[in-house]
Amino acid sequence: MIKEIREPLVFEISEAGKRAAELPALDVPVKKDVLAGVPLRREIEGFPEVSETEITRHFTRLSQKNYCVDMGIYPLGSCTMKYNPKINERLSAHSAFAASHPLAPEDLVQGNLEVLKKLEGFLCEIAGMDAFTLQPAAGAHGELTGMMLIRATLEARGNARKSVLIPDSAHGTNPSSAHICGYTVKEIRSNENGTIDLAGLAEAMTEEVAALMITNPNTLGVFESDICRIAEIVHAKGGLVYMDGANMNALTGIARPGDMGVDVMHINLHKTFSTPHGGGGPGSGPVGVKKELAPFLPVPVIGEKGGRYILDFNRPRSIGRVRSYFGNFSVIVRALCYIMTLGPKGVREIAEFAVLNANYIRKTLEGSFTLKYPTASMHECVFSDKLQKEFGVSNLDIAKRLIDYGVHPPTMSFPLIVHGALMIEPTETESRRDLDIFIDAMKAIAREARENPEVLHAAPHVTYVSRLDEVAAAKFPVLRWEKKA
Amino acid sequence: MSYLSLSDKDKAEMLAATGAKTVGDLFSCIPEAIRLKRDLDLPAAQSEIELVRTIEEIGHKNGYPGHLSFLGGGAYEHFIPTVVDYLSSRGEFVSPYTPYQPEVSQGTLQVSFEFQTLVCQLAGLDIANDSLYEGATATAEAVLMAQRVTNRSKVILARSLHPQYREVVRTYIKNLGVEAVEVPYGPDGRIDKNALGRLLDDKTAAVVYQSPNFFGVVEDVRALSDGAHGVKALSVTIVAEAISLGLLEAPGRLGADIVAGEAQSLGVPLSFGGPFLGFMASKKEFLRQMPGRVTGQTVDKQGRRGFVLTLSTREQHIRRERATSNICTNQALCALRATIFMETLGKQGLKELAWQNAQKTGYAADKLAAVPGVKLRFTGPAFNEFVIELAKPWPAVDGKLRKMGLIAGYGLEPAYPELKNAVLVCVTELRTRDEIDRLARALQEVVS
Repeated sequence: MIKEIREPLVFEISEAGKRAAELPALDVPVKKDVLAGVPLRREIEGFPEVSETEITRHFTRLSQKNYCVDMGIYPLGSCTMKYNPKINERLSAHSAFAASHPLAPEDLVQGNLEVLKKLEGFLCEIAGMDAFTLQPAAGAHGELTGMMLIRATLEARGNARKSVLIPDSAHGTNPSSAHICGYTVKEIRSNENGTIDLAGLAEAMTEEVAALMITNPNTLGVFESDICRIAEIVHAKGGLVYMDGANMNALTGIARPGDMGVDVMHINLHKTFSTPHGGGGPGSGPVGVKKELAPFLPVPVIGEKGGRYILDFNRPRSIGRVRSYFGNFSVIVRALCYIMTLGPKGVREIAEFAVLNANYIRKTLEGSFTLKYPTASMHECVFSDKLQKEFGVSNLDIAKRLIDYGVHPPTMSFPLIVHGALMIEPTETESRRDLDIFIDAMKAIAREARENPEVLHAAPHVTYVSRLDEVAAAKFPVLRWEKKA
Repeated sequence: MSYLSLSDKDKAEMLAATGAKTVGDLFSCIPEAIRLKRDLDLPAAQSEIELVRTIEEIGHKNGYPGHLSFLGGGAYEHFIPTVVDYLSSRGEFVSPYTPYQPEVSQGTLQVSFEFQTLVCQLAGLDIANDSLYEGATATAEAVLMAQRVTNRSKVILARSLHPQYREVVRTYIKNLGVEAVEVPYGPDGRIDKNALGRLLDDKTAAVVYQSPNFFGVVEDVRALSDGAHGVKALSVTIVAEAISLGLLEAPGRLGADIVAGEAQSLGVPLSFGGPFLGFMASKKEFLRQMPGRVTGQTVDKQGRRGFVLTLSTREQHIRRERATSNICTNQALCALRATIFMETLGKQGLKELAWQNAQKTGYAADKLAAVPGVKLRFTGPAFNEFVIELAKPWPAVDGKLRKMGLIAGYGLEPAYPELKNAVLVCVTELRTRDEIDRLARALQEVVS
């Protein structure tokens, strides 16, 4: 490997007069009074000026400072960092889709509407729900949409109610989404298995409660085996069950939320259906509902009439739009391609291999790290740093040292009910070799924690930057480049 | 075809290691009653060859790409330099997640820092976040932010704000006790200032307007901001056509407190409306109320510069129900595209691109207005869109034009019943003089 070049900010290599793009000469006569009276800017102050060669080198070098799924295992728990098939990139960028305008007349975008309708159908079948909307742009956006649907449904029944029950192991987006929907949040405690305590739920579930938001399998990777009983308790008091489908990767083709008493759920296409995470997005968070909630879905709904697809805006009970246009369409194309590539058997194998890989990791690391909850794991397992704490080593040290071994760390410090958590989700696409690289690194680190904890405190040792001062970043925020005075 | 990587031997050995006899045993935690006892009803698996055939066949049912189109209205067809596609397709950018581990994510983080800087420069404001979903939800987030900053519960929305953005704002605020009132536009297509004056009061959290507005007319940002500030409300500029910021004075310099909206124009393909690129910039005193991810500069143990996600105590994973927003992901890959786009066009190029949009639009407006039976609906200054009013019913005109391979624009009547036979026409740098002339000739044939 050649010596790594420290890459400046583009603004620091900018020089007046350079450019990386030329435009054709204006082919209409110049009109002097265009935008007359409107304040125009003299220049875009601070904007960079570089050549195309410099642009290419800048972004290529920056890309090389990233770890990614294409390089190796990326076992971020609850994020489902599986391999992203390349054909899906090519097909979603096909000009027939990429060049189509969202305000085009519906008879000129029949192909796009077919894509949407097809994926809705596939998701209904996989999740066991009656209808889906593909409009939400991400998982949290799906949660918000789902909670709005619940509110609308309860309002139609006569009382929107006041609060939402959320287990203490839930993602932070759950309480936040419920809050934006105008509900107060009541946390319910997990029992010694890390699952929902039925007695506690029954006590909390009053006629003031609109819904239970549940993640199943939960964020410990544990299946809520009492799910049918849980749904009964909620339904008996007139509430609805929302399922966060972040962990759907454990269930595809094995069991369907719609068969467990779930009324509303979202699915993350960027998790379960392999669309790339893109360094933080775009995602897509379709929401599935049971019949009673379907009239409230966001507009437009894709309908069919006389053998053609139509956009149905005539939905008087709809909650309205949650996003412009139709959702993250090119992400939707990718997910469709993925399901069509896998077929029924392949979709079931997602869950089978994801759960096998996670249990293999769990079994081989038990003993080296503490498992707070011994309950059976599905697609992910959550260890803690309890054993390592004795030597003054934290989950942060373990995570940073993993980087030296060439693998991405697991999710850290979540769920909140496990102190010093290391939440590991390998996904189904990993090879034995990549799983073993991770396992061997974890075991080596467990040894180092006893024998040489200093090496962990100082990790990572091999990266472009060493451990960064996050406290200073928050205390004295520098959020943009500025020209030196 | 599948993307699994275990051989039968691996599978057997790993299963043995777990102590399970069959893969089915691993699912024994799921009660028998709710296990699916059949195959999913999905089409049979397709090989790559078959998949390409199937998907291309579906794609070819889209007649749209064969037309000469003047559609805009919040989604714009612009030049995308090849380097944008090429560099943003790198697996190192496409396949990582949120940079939770900054030491192995400096590429993504530095791009975010550059993106935030570029957005601040365009908006003329101090701080920007790391992107939001798209323009409509960015508008809703701006409304909620203004409510938090001012602790007031009424927002004034311009009727000339993108109709879908207004709908989304209404969906978001419905359950939060925020009231939205609409301010009409005048004959020039700009906000009716007298009407605005009557609506402004000490309950007003913000005046939320789009500039250039949905009709393509550039608003008087200075006057609107002064009006808002007169009652201590915020001035929120929504920008749906980010290219305009290359030429128009930065809203932040004309008094805007928050500038938010849609940056799809900056290198993101139309893709039937998504993924797009929401953005938000504001004055620095509102930093703690800003939604979404933010990247900050810091140093490592050796004192070298590096970047991290920061100020996360605003966010849902720390603050849960008290967070500034429920947003978790951003649109990093679209923001990367925009960053490459902005840096490639650069200081000269973006300004020239914006200027060409305005010039061609000026030419097109004159040309179409000269057609008998076509007149300009508004008199205000246009950036790259304008509204024409036809002497004949739009649906019939549209039908005839489409037979000629033309889409003249977006019929406004469904969203604005008061604008009968009015059409929003968009002209970007990609439309040539010949194409504009062709539209004028066709309209002449159909309308007069």
